[in-house]
Amino acid sequence: MKTLVWVEHDNSAMADATLAAVTAAGKLGEVHLLVAGSGCRAVAEQAAQIAGVGKVHLADNAAYANALAENVAPLVVDLMSHHDAFVAPATSHGKNITPRVAALLDVMQISDILSVEGEKTFTRPTYAGNAIATVESTDAKLVITVRGTAFDKAETTGGSATIEDVSGAGDAGLSSFVGAEIAKNERPELTSAKIIVSGGRALKDSETFQQVIMPLADKLGAGVGASRAAVDAGYVPNDYQVGQTGKIVAPEVYIAIGISGAIQHLAGMKDSKTIIAINKDEDAPIFQVADIGLVGDLFKIVPELTEKL
Amino acid sequence: MKALVPVKRVIDYNVKPRVKADGTGVDLANVKMSMNPFDEIAVEEAIRLKESGAVTEIIAISVGPAKAQETLRTALAMGADSAILVETDDEVEPLAVAKILKAAAAEVQPGLIILGKQAIDDDSNQTGQMLAALMNLPQGTFASKVVVEGDSVTVTREVDGGLETVKLSLPAIVTTDLRLNEPRYASLPNIMKAKKKPLDVKTPADYGVDITPRIKTLKVAEPPVRQAGIKVADVDELVAKLKNMGVA
Repeated sequence: MKTLVWVEHDNSAMADATLAAVTAAGKLGEVHLLVAGSGCRAVAEQAAQIAGVGKVHLADNAAYANALAENVAPLVVDLMSHHDAFVAPATSHGKNITPRVAALLDVMQISDILSVEGEKTFTRPTYAGNAIATVESTDAKLVITVRGTAFDKAETTGGSATIEDVSGAGDAGLSSFVGAEIAKNERPELTSAKIIVSGGRALKDSETFQQVIMPLADKLGAGVGASRAAVDAGYVPNDYQVGQTGKIVAPEVYIAIGISGAIQHLAGMKDSKTIIAINKDEDAPIFQVADIGLVGDLFKIVPELTEKL
Repeated sequence: MKALVPVKRVIDYNVKPRVKADGTGVDLANVKMSMNPFDEIAVEEAIRLKESGAVTEIIAISVGPAKAQETLRTALAMGADSAILVETDDEVEPLAVAKILKAAAAEVQPGLIILGKQAIDDDSNQTGQMLAALMNLPQGTFASKVVVEGDSVTVTREVDGGLETVKLSLPAIVTTDLRLNEPRYASLPNIMKAKKKPLDVKTPADYGVDITPRIKTLKVAEPPVRQAGIKVADVDELVAKLKNMGVA
């Protein structure tokens, strides 16, 4: 089987999410990559070094700069005439573009796979991860998104793929990019952080969240996450949200502070290796999944913890 | 401009799903069902656009069993003007739903189709994008802000690193994210009024759509269960554990 993997990038560097998708695609067969963007040759050169990659298709066109689905999907569909599977990381670009590709190919997409069980058989989470379905595609081609935390990252060196320029139709004339507000963040990215410190509604307000959570995260070199309740209450921006509809994370250590552990939050972090919970309510559901729990007042515990680490 | 709002009847947000013992699916017998929360946000947004004058008429549509009429009545009670139920007891995959919606849209001729970004049962996150593809229309997915101006709509989207804004020509498809709005509760008088609003019942065959599934579900299982661990008495004990693990 010949697979085509979507390379996630910002036109200057490849994002880590790509590497899990490459691993998943490698289980299906030969791996080719697609780098679609503008002025993104450096990304293609980087991607060509990923171990196990056969070829990199580079589509460099101003219309692909911001990965608008209307422009990019027809390009992918063209390339799918000589590939058997399209595989994308389940990033916001991947989730936006992939179903558009699937429908144009008249294929039913398999979203967010957790494992490859056979040539056309996969597992995927449903009901916020409360039910794991094993599914088999009957379509001629496969269209898949990959949950990043479920697959090892492919090695970023060792490969020597050829780069082949491809052209597509460019601008479909349906949409245009206006702008982005991407938070500049010195901390590790949530989906690749080794340690995550996450805060919930108990943090009271934005200022308190900053004062309590950030020093601990700084001390541990951790990424910072939040529950939906904390994001909805405006303590932190939306991209901090961990959960069914936010980011899915699986760090070595996840420290949940003042988070009760709603189903939809657990769906986003229960695959973490070690979960530590600090909460004043000893009956909070978070303690049912926590490896280490500490019951008490977070406003006393967290500063003391930060101090003593 | 008309707005078409697809809604799905799903397990209620607050119910913990249980996998059936025979591994064929999730047990939905005697389980509370509600409108998919993201679709509720879509209905609310359509109503707000109508209140601001950008939208003149709201048509809610659902593909599902007869009981999905209840979900449509909820949409009507919130403020939709009329509803269409495309009735089937079969499970309908996002691709087939998108095909049905395309056919329905050809009759309704909406300027905007606004729906939830994903349903909380199958968590597919596909229908809106697929519909946009089939209709060759632009898509504004994961919307946290929607502004209609003239013949275009500007959509602010929740993306991995923050927010992104795109401008789409109308007609367009918008899928909603959580922070777009807070849906209203239907008032009792409006619930009564909703009973009299028109609700058409059709079938997938009426729209000429083949809903045969493309994906076979071989097995549904509970995820591996995490065991509750230990509780520590104080910060010193926690620090000792963390140091043992090589953290800090």
